Amino acid sequence: MPDLFSKFDPVIAQREALLESGITDPFNLVMEGVESPTVAICNGRRTILLGTYNYMGMTFDPDVVAAGKKALDDFGSGTTGSRVLNGTYVGHKAVEQALKDFYAMDHAMVFSTGYQANLGVISTIAGKDDYIILDIDSHASIYDGCALGNAQIVPFRHNDVEALEKRLKRLPPEAGKLVVLEGVYSMLGDVAPLKEMVAISKQNGAMVLVDEAHSMGFIGEHGRGVAEAQGVIDDVDFIIGTFSKSVGTVGGFCVSNHPKFEILRLVCRPYVFTASLPPSVVATAATSILKLMNSAEKRAHLWENSKRLHAGLRQLGFTLGTQEPQSAIIAVIMPNLETGAAMWEALLHEGLYVNLARPPATPAGMTLLRCSLCALHSEEQVGEILGMFAAAGRATDCIS
Amino acid sequence: MSDRQEIYSETLSLVEPFNKKGVAITEATRFAQDLEWDSLTVLDFVANVEDEFDVIITMNMQAEIETIGQLVDALVRLTDSRA
Repeated sequence: MPDLFSKFDPVIAQREALLESGITDPFNLVMEGVESPTVAICNGRRTILLGTYNYMGMTFDPDVVAAGKKALDDFGSGTTGSRVLNGTYVGHKAVEQALKDFYAMDHAMVFSTGYQANLGVISTIAGKDDYIILDIDSHASIYDGCALGNAQIVPFRHNDVEALEKRLKRLPPEAGKLVVLEGVYSMLGDVAPLKEMVAISKQNGAMVLVDEAHSMGFIGEHGRGVAEAQGVIDDVDFIIGTFSKSVGTVGGFCVSNHPKFEILRLVCRPYVFTASLPPSVVATAATSILKLMNSAEKRAHLWENSKRLHAGLRQLGFTLGTQEPQSAIIAVIMPNLETGAAMWEALLHEGLYVNLARPPATPAGMTLLRCSLCALHSEEQVGEILGMFAAAGRATDCIS
Repeated sequence: MSDRQEIYSETLSLVEPFNKKGVAITEATRFAQDLEWDSLTVLDFVANVEDEFDVIITMNMQAEIETIGQLVDALVRLTDSRA
């Protein structure tokens, strides 16, 4: 009998080789306790969290936690149903209203995860004879949305305005087109030139979808994301976002001003054929979103943290994913997976958690130590973090 | 540029910078198995081919193209349909 698992042998071999060196498995970390958005207990040790995407630190906000507890008491632990059957409670409508208020848009649709939001919207709105034009460094959920649908897929070089324009101009003018972009690309933490790209897309008759998962709550005057910061949010047709980063819980959404948007609730399979979010989750999300509307001071502090960590790591001699800090993600580029894993483990021993990212998730086959800052990291913590990077970097010969 | 031989030789010159292993190229050369290109190399190569011939090779089409000869056939079709 052919073993269907044979195809995984190369991955199994690579993983075994890595673990044979005696290194802690970077993809099997367990947090025994969580003290706050910035500190957890890992292997019995107090660990600063620098890889959680918990940008605005809402996970322990007293109002957010209280709203969740109340909803758990009032509505129970789960809906046990699809949004289109028995799975829409007042809380689901309330969180959609909170999103409409947050983005100042006409429509909001909440999915059970951010992954499903991309999967659902992209696969549903682009049909067989339509074209999806996407940045090659797009998130897996975007590619999977393309794979689930049957549109024609046209990738273009990362953040390359000219490459996008050339491809748009080569497509049949009468064909339906959806350009898919991200505000912040999560691997290197770089921002898209949305101002130029959105304008070019519109000039060439394309609708535009922007995934603002890593910018919501932080970038833009009202925290609406990179499209807001670059002044083109009114020309974006669909914004995809998530509750599992700045909002601090789990879930995904799409907001839009498209007049026919609501029909998606009936035709979008990843929305229809799954259970809706538990009442406690939508209650925490709604409370968090409304608080994020008035968080200018936290946003300013998060920028300070990002600038300081970026400058400090460069000074120590690390190679970073961007020349200047563009978001709350700072990616430290490692020479290879072995060194990356050793550095990751050394940081963990110092008491610091970052994400180890490797191919195929990363662009150009890079191994990255991805740091995501939180608005609740104190000045002292950022100082401690830099000290830990210095010690771990020297211990693993990453820096001199 | 709809002459097949011309398209074939142009394609060969585009393959060359990515042919790190110095594989002898024929129409039957396969991108994945013979040239051992990973998905990132394929993306770069396809972008160059698209720009050179001023065409779009969608990922859907790429899934059907395994060999140099198949790519040349696709390019003949694409450049013909434009003219």
